[in-house]
Amino acid sequence: MRILFKTNYKQDLNLAKHGGHRFWYGLLILVLFAVPLIFDGYYIGEATRILIYAMAGLGLMVLTGFTGQVSLGHAAFLAIGAYTNAWFLAQGFSSFVALPMAALLSMIGGLLVAIPAARMSGIYLAIATLAFAIIVEDVAGHLSSITGGNRGMMVDVPILFGYQIWESWELYLFVLSILVAATLAVLNILRSPLGRAMIAVRESEVSSQALGVNPMKIKVFAFTVSAAITGLAGAFLAHYMSFLTPQIFGILLSIQLLLMIVLGGLGTVHGVFFGAVLIGLLETGISIAKDSLPSSIGGLPGIEPFIFGAILVGVIAFEPTGIYGRWIKIRSYMEFFPVYRRKSFKRQRAYLKTERLR
Amino acid sequence: MNEFLQLLIVGISQGCIYGLMALGFVMIYKATEMLNFAQGDMMMLGSFVAWTLIMDLGMPFWLGVPATLIIMALFGALVDILIVRRVIGQPQFAVIILTLGLGIIFRAAAGMIWGQVPLTIDSPISGFSSFYGIVIGNERLAIIAVTAILIAILWAYFRYSKWGIAMKATSQNQLAAYYSGIPVRVIISAVWAVAAAISALAGILLAPITLIEPMNGLLGIKAFAAAVIGGFGSMPGAILGGLIVGIIEPFAAAYVPAVKGSMIYVVMLVVLALRPQGLFAQMHKKKL
Repeated sequence: MRILFKTNYKQDLNLAKHGGHRFWYGLLILVLFAVPLIFDGYYIGEATRILIYAMAGLGLMVLTGFTGQVSLGHAAFLAIGAYTNAWFLAQGFSSFVALPMAALLSMIGGLLVAIPAARMSGIYLAIATLAFAIIVEDVAGHLSSITGGNRGMMVDVPILFGYQIWESWELYLFVLSILVAATLAVLNILRSPLGRAMIAVRESEVSSQALGVNPMKIKVFAFTVSAAITGLAGAFLAHYMSFLTPQIFGILLSIQLLLMIVLGGLGTVHGVFFGAVLIGLLETGISIAKDSLPSSIGGLPGIEPFIFGAILVGVIAFEPTGIYGRWIKIRSYMEFFPVYRRKSFKRQRAYLKTERLR
Repeated sequence: MNEFLQLLIVGISQGCIYGLMALGFVMIYKATEMLNFAQGDMMMLGSFVAWTLIMDLGMPFWLGVPATLIIMALFGALVDILIVRRVIGQPQFAVIILTLGLGIIFRAAAGMIWGQVPLTIDSPISGFSSFYGIVIGNERLAIIAVTAILIAILWAYFRYSKWGIAMKATSQNQLAAYYSGIPVRVIISAVWAVAAAISALAGILLAPITLIEPMNGLLGIKAFAAAVIGGFGSMPGAILGGLIVGIIEPFAAAYVPAVKGSMIYVVMLVVLALRPQGLFAQMHKKKL
């Protein structure tokens, strides 16, 4: 067990709290950048997909995990980012224009949703974002001149300084560096007054208001940041898919994103990555497991969504804090070994908290 | 003019289905503040159960329908007792994600049990009626009639029956209901049972018009829009919202086909933007 001796208030603000953090996270980043040296094409592609999921999940985590606003329509921001990026590349701009434009346009989309959405709470917000996603999917299907409509649209490869990124490992490194930057940005937001205000709004809107936070402003801010990051992820998703149709960005993608951050652990940046890795492995894992099962079970249509749904329900019902929450429990068990108390993580007795006054 | 009336009646009959499903949402929401995203899938399961009883096991139609309603009511109560009860008092998103997951499971299970090939139920009501120059399928008229009867029954149930009043009390204040000796847990399971039975009825009514297939569960999203337009927490509002959604759909398809898929959601967003709590608001301010 490590006991931190704090000599300075600034120590509470440090991103890496102690040498162990510095060493392990540094090693993690090094290993991630070295992945293309070890693995070949197929695994690099899978790893890229996981990174893109993680980026989209990071965007959703800012909104749902830290500000407490459930969005069932984040696929819409992915769609806006993907199509913007593809359109600007098709017009002959480089990625230096296309990527920021993708982030900017989804940010504007986020702002458009946020202004009415900031007045709503809970369920109304979830449904409004769901409706927004359905509308965006519909619009993408009808705007044939820009999106190619339901026939689909080819995506050009990214261009940096006139250099075209063709190889899968080059795309992997590109995504990874943007993801590291985005993660650092989110971590920095979280330790700033804005980030603390976001968490305050999540915990209780009324109390945060009493402490001088304007929940409307914070929600709009969270929406725009979240939309921008998700839009960036969408731009990379376009490169990964290399062919876009509106059907990709259906409601199931939004649900999958939500599933990801819940499985990983809501309200933690770690959770985003755990969730992305788990979802990425689950997809390949289920398809491998299907082959080894007897064909009477494995051959059933719809076994994948069934397993997906069962995991989702199981996690919410039995371990609502997700993988990261479970990890914290295991770690503190080891840290406090002989004196660990199961009760220290006992869930509070929950009563129905009503939103109605009458 | 005839075309207008024709579209109106088709819209009303479709709207009754949405209204019934929205009613299920609102009942569960009022009793437990939970948003049941699996409502549409419960409707879909209901129509499959009816198909099994009537077409597969050869029950007579008028026996098969009540049997389906009872089976689905038990199913709804079981879902509450086994799974949903665990998340009462948890944050809203936990409930939303849980019911979304349940919906995915129901849809996948239906696909595994009954397959993806659309099925039909032979309904004893068929043929067409025509009046004032409108031709309308009898099964659509049956939908409107059954919905009207059901609303009357529900109204009487919540007005006069002991259980109905206990349900209303539970939805207004759980703790106070508990103090007055109402078995709150049993009541909540009963609410789930009634909501599941209502949506199963909607599924049976819908079966002659559209085919029965697992993807029907996604109709629940439209019923959601209906419940939101009507304002959650208001049962007449749910029916009215359903009618509004049902009427918008055929008119949008006939006059502005480009937006037929998203028109109701646009209307819903406009309603939410103007009145964030729905047309018939019940929520006023969030308590600490």
